[in-house]
Amino acid sequence: MSEITKSAVSELSRPLRKTLMPWIGFVILLLALPNIFSSNVGLYTMNLMGIFIIFALSYNMLLGQGGMLSFGHAVYFGLGGFMSVHFMNYIEDGLFVFPMYLVPIFGGIIGLVFAIIIGSFSTRRAGTVFAMISLGVGELMAASSLIFVAFFGGEEGVSGDRTTGPELAGIDFGKDIHIYYLIAAWVFVTVALMYLFSRTPAGRMANAVRDNAERAEFIGYSQRKVRFVSFCASGFFAGIAGGLFALNFEIVTEENLNALTSGVVLLMAYIGGVGFFIGPIVGAVVFTLLQSILSNYTDIWQLYVGILFVLTVMYVPQGLTGIIMMHTAAWRMKRLGILILPYLRIGIPALAMLAGIAAFLETVHHMRTAVEGETLMSLMGIEYDSHGIVTWIVILVLTFVGGYLTRTQLPQLREAWETANKPPASTKGAAS
Amino acid sequence: MLELIFFSLLNGIVTGLLLFMLASGLTLIFSMMGVLNFAHASFYMLGAYFAYTVSMYLGFWVGLFVAPVLVGLMGAVVERYGLRYVHRWGHVAELIFTFGLAFLIEEIVQFVWGKDTKAYHEPEILQFPLFTFFGQNFPAYKAFMLLVSIAIFVVLLLILTRSRIGLIIQAAIHKPNMTAMLGHNVPLVFMGVFGVGCALAGLAGVIAGPALGTFPGMAVVLGSIVFVIVVIGGLGSLTGAFVASLLIGLLQTFAIALDYSVNDFLHLFNISFDADGALRDLWTLSLPQIAPILPYLLLILILIFRPTGLFGNRET
Amino acid sequence: MTAAIELKGLRKSFGPTEIIRGVDLTIGEGERHAIIGPNGAGKSTLFHLISGRYSVSGGTVSLHGENISNLPPYEIYRKGLSRSFQVTNIFPNMSVFENVRCGLMWVRDYKYSFWHLVDRQKELNARAMEVIEEIGLTSRRNIPAGVLTYAEQRALEIGIAAAGGADVIMLDEPTAGMSHSETDQAIELIRKITVGKTLVMVEHDMGVVFDLADRISVLVYGEIIASDTPENIRNSKAVQEAYLGAEAEE
Repeated sequence: MSEITKSAVSELSRPLRKTLMPWIGFVILLLALPNIFSSNVGLYTMNLMGIFIIFALSYNMLLGQGGMLSFGHAVYFGLGGFMSVHFMNYIEDGLFVFPMYLVPIFGGIIGLVFAIIIGSFSTRRAGTVFAMISLGVGELMAASSLIFVAFFGGEEGVSGDRTTGPELAGIDFGKDIHIYYLIAAWVFVTVALMYLFSRTPAGRMANAVRDNAERAEFIGYSQRKVRFVSFCASGFFAGIAGGLFALNFEIVTEENLNALTSGVVLLMAYIGGVGFFIGPIVGAVVFTLLQSILSNYTDIWQLYVGILFVLTVMYVPQGLTGIIMMHTAAWRMKRLGILILPYLRIGIPALAMLAGIAAFLETVHHMRTAVEGETLMSLMGIEYDSHGIVTWIVILVLTFVGGYLTRTQLPQLREAWETANKPPASTKGAAS
Repeated sequence: MLELIFFSLLNGIVTGLLLFMLASGLTLIFSMMGVLNFAHASFYMLGAYFAYTVSMYLGFWVGLFVAPVLVGLMGAVVERYGLRYVHRWGHVAELIFTFGLAFLIEEIVQFVWGKDTKAYHEPEILQFPLFTFFGQNFPAYKAFMLLVSIAIFVVLLLILTRSRIGLIIQAAIHKPNMTAMLGHNVPLVFMGVFGVGCALAGLAGVIAGPALGTFPGMAVVLGSIVFVIVVIGGLGSLTGAFVASLLIGLLQTFAIALDYSVNDFLHLFNISFDADGALRDLWTLSLPQIAPILPYLLLILILIFRPTGLFGNRET
Repeated sequence: MTAAIELKGLRKSFGPTEIIRGVDLTIGEGERHAIIGPNGAGKSTLFHLISGRYSVSGGTVSLHGENISNLPPYEIYRKGLSRSFQVTNIFPNMSVFENVRCGLMWVRDYKYSFWHLVDRQKELNARAMEVIEEIGLTSRRNIPAGVLTYAEQRALEIGIAAAGGADVIMLDEPTAGMSHSETDQAIELIRKITVGKTLVMVEHDMGVVFDLADRISVLVYGEIIASDTPENIRNSKAVQEAYLGAEAEE
């Protein structure tokens, strides 16, 4: 073995300190967040975020890591939730003694069991057939949940109480902050486990099967079994997310396993970027923020989410994380500064255009839904007359002038981008 | 019993043919582009809403013709500027794109028309019972739906098998590259077929709107069923889509009409069960209750045991 | 000498057309065997039949005396037969290193393990680096395989096939589309990685064939018309008429 080969091997087993750094940062972040956003809304949002992070990451084990497009991932999330809420009730009824904070494990187990059953036939193929089976299973479960009232509680769902059972150091998880730390702990453990899974032979081969299922069979692996292992792990983690949902909201309804939730998780993962491990985390954070912040200001936030999703699929298939990652080359070369001014120059008119479009949508929405004769509306704290001519002039100017200026700024951004990413010509030694 | 079977049969055929109007377009689009269009039922919904708006000003009959054309144009635009662009990112992205589009169209419909059910009705001229059989009425509008569906079916069949356009379409389905070499504008054919497929879905929406209700959820209600049909029939097979449409239509109407439960069945064998146990839902399970899940059950069974579908010859 | 691969009356039809029409062939242990023949003779199909990509219509394929007909490709691989592809068939979004390491995992007994961390498996990684050094891609090990040059991808293709140390290696046109210097490097590489192993290759470049092979089989229209040493093949009239002559006319 040559020297260079030896050094290449040793570069893989980086010093422990370097490997642990991001994780320590993650812990500190999780601990610090409730001190920064300590309001009830803040905690509520972060709790939901944590649950969605686990859910979206588990989804990406299928789509991003394994190349399986699922339209029915909410099945495992929902079942995990129902199973957990039932166990919460068993604990409350004293059927057996079990600490409440470990209840999501039952969610994970039921998710795993169903993934084993369904994966045994659905992972035979990838592509459209897999997508269709997942859709069929999803619809089947959603429809069944309304039929089997004893388990799913019908329209009103099943509720529980998380404050019973043995306590952990005197904490009964009655307060939102307690449940935050509980969710944070689960998030840390599951994110770490899912990351580690991606670094195991099963996880690596999932990538290989995603890239080229046929070739994987010629290096000894059955594509079906590789997919099956990922599928089961994914179902397990989705079930845990569902269990946390049950703990957090103390109620689970059929909505948690229907097509809408399956769509939401696909949306989160895709907007965040399925090609990166942290993509779904970014997606879950952004989606939850949109959901909880935007919905405070506007009724039509789902319209914005829909537009964002379609635009992402069309123009940024690598997702938000992909956009961030595009900058690593410039960052390594310490040339990110070159881009700040061009970004500002295009960002300001682009923001104006977006504001114009949003104002247009909001004003039209107000005109259609407000009580007859009511023309005064407020948007982001600005009050104005939705039928006034000035309003419409402002909207049109913002949209079209903003749009036009954005276009004129494109060439300079492109130029700056090329300068920032041009590989260093003579400084080869210094760069590497 | 006889009238039950008679009416279920009629209603089943009406539903089945309506479903086929959607399934035929979806099948054609899939055959050409290899994309299962998730937003197909959304175009069906747009058809109903467009027709509702047009009918408010110009009446039902104008809407019947204008709305499908509008929907078809929208479909063509979506193909030209959406799908064709996304194509470069691969099949999965295309599937996700149509999925996102379905989501977006539902939001847009809610934005434009609101969340409530619209008062979109059949024209007065068709508001009478066509005939009465064993004391049950058969509304004329259903007969009208039946007629339109059959007419569309016949026209589609003639175009595909008898006309030059039909030949080019069939050629483009099987050998797109070859057809392009022969000087046909295949992208244009794609756009046309996508548009016409959407127009068909729109027409289905126009005539189904008054019967099944015009509301933002109507696409979701029908969307996955249509998917089930094209998969069961065999992806890309028009014959299969036709048979599967009728099959699902009949299955659903009969399952709703025949009110039998597991208990009734078990009673035949003199077995009865405690009605309070944890499995009580299982014993009281009745056919109308499981009617909505039957298509999905069928879909999963087909995909496991015959992935090519009933009439299909390709797997993916 | 026992046979590494033995084909008996092997047949393959697609619909009514029979592509492989009763092939009998024995390839000895440690032999370097080339299969040549005009385009459309069925060489790649024969490879696909042996390696399990296609199902067999008739006859048998044996590996070390064991019948492997119609086993799935991964079972055949586990019995010690590895192959490369004519059209480059790699894992494009994974790094070169990952590509090779994946080719090593099954034989190193990791199977579907989700309790080993691959980066911590020192021997596995060291072996992967050795293979990468052998195929000359050490400096390119961290870039996605999909962006390698054509010749590099061909080398990686061979590397993945050979990484696991299978004792029978089948290469489908390893030098197709390469320049002269690239071809020479490829020959060196093939020679290096197949020391002490059985090699079966399909190849169009006669230079490569006569350079590498111990024995040559000529496949024409789904039948083997000759199987002999390079010297005898070169001088065989039948071969020249059926194959070399046809080639010269093109």
